[in-house]
Amino acid sequence: MLSPAGEAAHRLALLGWLLLGVASAVVLIVTVAIIIPLRRRRVSLADAPLAGSPDREDGVMPISIGVGLSILVLIAAYIGTVVTLHATVTPPRTPALTVSVTAHQWWWEIEYTDANPGRSVRTANEFHIPVGQTVRLELQSADVVHSFWVPRLQGKVDVIPGETNSFWIEADQPGTYYGQCAKYCGMQHAHMAIFVIADSPSDFASWLDRQREPAHAPTDSLVQAGQTAFTNAPCAFCHTIRGTEAAGRAGPDLTHLAGRGTIAAGELRNGTGDLSAWITNAPSLKPGTLMPRMDLDPRTLHAVVAYLRTLN
Amino acid sequence: MASGIAAYDVNVPRTIHEGPVGRRPPAWWGMICLVATEAALFFFLLYSYFYMATHSSVWPPEGPPDLKLALPNTALLLASSATMWWAESGIRAGRSARLRIGLVITIVLGAVFAAVQGLEWSQKPFGPATDAYGSLFFTITGFHGAHVIVGLIILAYILLRASLGHFTAERHLAVSTAAIYWHFVDVVWLFVFTSLFLTPRL
Amino acid sequence: MATAADRLTRIWETPHDLVGQLTTVDHKIVGKRYLVTAMVFLVLGGAEAAVMRWQLAGADMHLLSPETYNQLFTMHGVTMIFWYASPILSGFSNYLWPLLLGSRDMAFPRLNAFSYWAFLFSGLFLYSSVLVGQVPDGAWVSYTPLTGPRYDAGLNIQFYALGLILLTVSTTAGAVNFVVTAIRLRAPGMTVDRIPILIWGTLTASVAILFALPALTVACVFLYFEHRLGMHFFDPTAGGRPVLWEHLFWMFGHPWVYIVVLPAMGMVSTMLPVFSRRPLAGYRWVVAATIATGAIGFSVWLHHMFAMGASMGGLTFFSGASMLISIPSAIAISAWVVTLWLGRPVIRTPMLFVLGFLVLFVIGGVSGVVTAAAPFDWQVTDTYFVVAHLHYVLIGINLFPVIGAMYYWLPKITGRMLDERLGSWNFWTMFIGFNVAFFPMHIAGLLGMPRRIYTYPAGAGWDTVNLISTIGTYIFAVGVLLFVINLARSLRGGPLAGNNPWDANTLEWSTTSPPPVYNFAVIPTVRSRDPLWERRLDSARQSEISAGPVLDEGREAMGTTPLRAEPTSVLHMPEDTAWPLLTAIGMLLAGYALVGARWEWLGISAVWLIVTIGGWLWPGREPASA
Repeated sequence: MLSPAGEAAHRLALLGWLLLGVASAVVLIVTVAIIIPLRRRRVSLADAPLAGSPDREDGVMPISIGVGLSILVLIAAYIGTVVTLHATVTPPRTPALTVSVTAHQWWWEIEYTDANPGRSVRTANEFHIPVGQTVRLELQSADVVHSFWVPRLQGKVDVIPGETNSFWIEADQPGTYYGQCAKYCGMQHAHMAIFVIADSPSDFASWLDRQREPAHAPTDSLVQAGQTAFTNAPCAFCHTIRGTEAAGRAGPDLTHLAGRGTIAAGELRNGTGDLSAWITNAPSLKPGTLMPRMDLDPRTLHAVVAYLRTLN
Repeated sequence: MASGIAAYDVNVPRTIHEGPVGRRPPAWWGMICLVATEAALFFFLLYSYFYMATHSSVWPPEGPPDLKLALPNTALLLASSATMWWAESGIRAGRSARLRIGLVITIVLGAVFAAVQGLEWSQKPFGPATDAYGSLFFTITGFHGAHVIVGLIILAYILLRASLGHFTAERHLAVSTAAIYWHFVDVVWLFVFTSLFLTPRL
Repeated sequence: MATAADRLTRIWETPHDLVGQLTTVDHKIVGKRYLVTAMVFLVLGGAEAAVMRWQLAGADMHLLSPETYNQLFTMHGVTMIFWYASPILSGFSNYLWPLLLGSRDMAFPRLNAFSYWAFLFSGLFLYSSVLVGQVPDGAWVSYTPLTGPRYDAGLNIQFYALGLILLTVSTTAGAVNFVVTAIRLRAPGMTVDRIPILIWGTLTASVAILFALPALTVACVFLYFEHRLGMHFFDPTAGGRPVLWEHLFWMFGHPWVYIVVLPAMGMVSTMLPVFSRRPLAGYRWVVAATIATGAIGFSVWLHHMFAMGASMGGLTFFSGASMLISIPSAIAISAWVVTLWLGRPVIRTPMLFVLGFLVLFVIGGVSGVVTAAAPFDWQVTDTYFVVAHLHYVLIGINLFPVIGAMYYWLPKITGRMLDERLGSWNFWTMFIGFNVAFFPMHIAGLLGMPRRIYTYPAGAGWDTVNLISTIGTYIFAVGVLLFVINLARSLRGGPLAGNNPWDANTLEWSTTSPPPVYNFAVIPTVRSRDPLWERRLDSARQSEISAGPVLDEGREAMGTTPLRAEPTSVLHMPEDTAWPLLTAIGMLLAGYALVGARWEWLGISAVWLIVTIGGWLWPGREPASA
């Protein structure tokens, strides 16, 4: 919230700073109000004779003033709240783009649907949006309750199985915006990052076009061997690589894996070393993950990794 | 300040102040508190039912539950409240026989209600594990049924004490508090019955 | 020749042998047991927190596995909120209420004993999950379907659900006792307008308990049925709705947070006037504010669910109601501050904790009001900002008053003072440690750190604030340790307290320290809110404390009318009995039968309970009439 970069986040931050400012003032005033009378304190109970009288209501006037001021402050806070609600619940402009987000334990499935199914794009954990345009998100969960949150762009929204939540984000500058699942969703809730990358509209269009293409057929023999190993191994049961026979849906779509910055929902870097370690023994790196240990001999592993590194 | 000692579960007014206001003994207030919290329990059960109903396209999934057994059963339970009232008014007038007869009839009516409820359960085409409706139907009627059974145990206990001659016109606090509980069980059924059996027909 | 005091002692005392300890219905013993047991749970919960803070002191640390961490934060929350925060207040209330009310006992002494045993057994039940390696790990809020049978199979969630159900039985029993005692067992003349403010706090909380706890019971029953009987309430694949759990849980949960602070605020309203040397300003306003908070507390629960995709109408209403509820709190803080201004403050250790409470109350309160604004909440809910808020309100509004109350009332309970200098060290270490630990969490939340994560990445920028929080936590822990040391030294030989070491105003200070087992030799008649200050304040009519009905024909207490407290009847209080303990054992048996799905044992426990409750309610031997 401290460095908003999207329309919604700006409004939420404005409200937030106003409220926090008022809150700090209240704390200061009350603390001073507590300290001042202490300057008249006595050392012993015997030194301090009883004052006031039982059964009579006194001090009512200053109490009323305190309460009255509080009510005024609360009314102002409420007005600010309602104004902000109206500005942020519905997007200010018609969304230019709709992206489907499905939360899983513990990764994010992103889909850019298209009327023509051949042009649909699926990716995972990292997705692009055009700068300055409102993007609608349709959020669903494949398992438990998660929460989608990219603080620099928007507040958070829960992702609930059996329901679809409609949401919007918009970035006003290009950049990479980091988020994490914000509702405890099981063992690896801590490792469920999301990256939203805002490109200029033309860069975004070319990125999406590239995503639409299936994976190119390998020319190099090592890479070829990797592709064969991938499609023959259990990998294909869980993962899709468009352009090959691998069409599993349990795990992330890997068609353009090499273009992503991280793997395992942000836990690891998307480089040869981490990729090899992940494939070999994912549960040791992310206990609880549904990706099992894969016992590949070193040559096959090397080939598969080489293949995956070509999936741009 | 010494004075006579009365039986254990009765409050004897003393002449500390004249004109006492509010004679409800602690045990009466205790039963009221119990009724309040149990009423809240049923409120939340029925809240759950209506939450699901308003968030489902078809509710109940197989249509409204059959009234064939539930409607006469409701009449039985209402009658049992009448007989309980009759029994309690009996002991208020010092007529222990009427108390005992009334208790027996009430217990019989309540037991028949519980049995019919069990029969109704066995005839349902769905079970508690079928879907959310089944789970709610059986849990809500089950909670009520459990309260009926606890009520029957309480009434049997009161009957036992009545048979031992514990109660008189002045001293029958246990009967009154038991009656409050039994009437509560009856009133709750009206809410449960209306919610589960009647509102789907609106 | 036996004096009146000897006679009353013989009537009321509990033998010190094992049988006596297991059958006692003495509210003072029950109260002390609650205090000790709740403090044990506080230390357990604190240890769980200390281990978690070590793990979070730096990024990507691997001291704890994710499973262990997730179990720790679950047990920390559950232990603190359920097994410490309310029972500690029950302990004080149980001990003090009859003394504050000028009564010999609570309305239902056996129910009182039962509520303690059930509380103890429910805690043992929950922690026995550790012994079988089935520790709950769904967070204290236990959202479904994460905690349903598909994603969290095993016994752990059943331990959670059944342990809570057992605790709700105990808590409800306690609440019934408080409500009826307040209505019928006040001293003659203690009209509604003269009831000590601590009574109002606990009474409001008790009424709230009666109406709020059933929501938790229903939720836990549903959860248990899902696990054990294959039912579907929260499972969307069978027509269930996960959000139903959230509604039920928070319809209970929000009133619960007021239940765990209103009695503590009542304790502050009791202590602050004594150390300001004048009665509480605006007593009627404070009573009204207490009741209003309890009532409005039932209409704000959705603010825990602002991010779930609620409608504009829902967001607007619940934001408004959640801001509205801070108005009664504004009344309370104004009344306290005005009392300070109009009085002559004297600083003693209890007063230090009261003053610290005032500051933390405001910080916690405003951090709550800002989250009442739904749009701001979308950025801070489920982050460390809320963790900061909840600890400011729970530690600030519950623990600080509790420790202050310990310093204030332990001299009455034990007869010995605690050390003032060590008390000062105790307070400042706790106060500074607490703020160092929890204030930075506001910042961590604003920096985007979610809650319930067992570790965080190095590049996120959260390292410094977390390290500071960890250091503060350990300073705070030292502060708590200083209290324990002070307590131990006092018990072993602190200075004698005398009847009224603080020159206080309420009835408990008219007895010896500790009070006699029968509380009052004669039933007092009360004519003002501050019976012990009348002689030195402007009051023409004075309460009668040294003369009144003796009521020594057995265990007897005075019953009075609800509003004007006119004496109407002599109530016969029960003798020591084992039925409450045996009933609690039956409940524990039922709990284990349910978690282990041993239905025959469930049947046995049902029969057991019929026998014990039947025995409990069976009328005692009738003494001969005069």
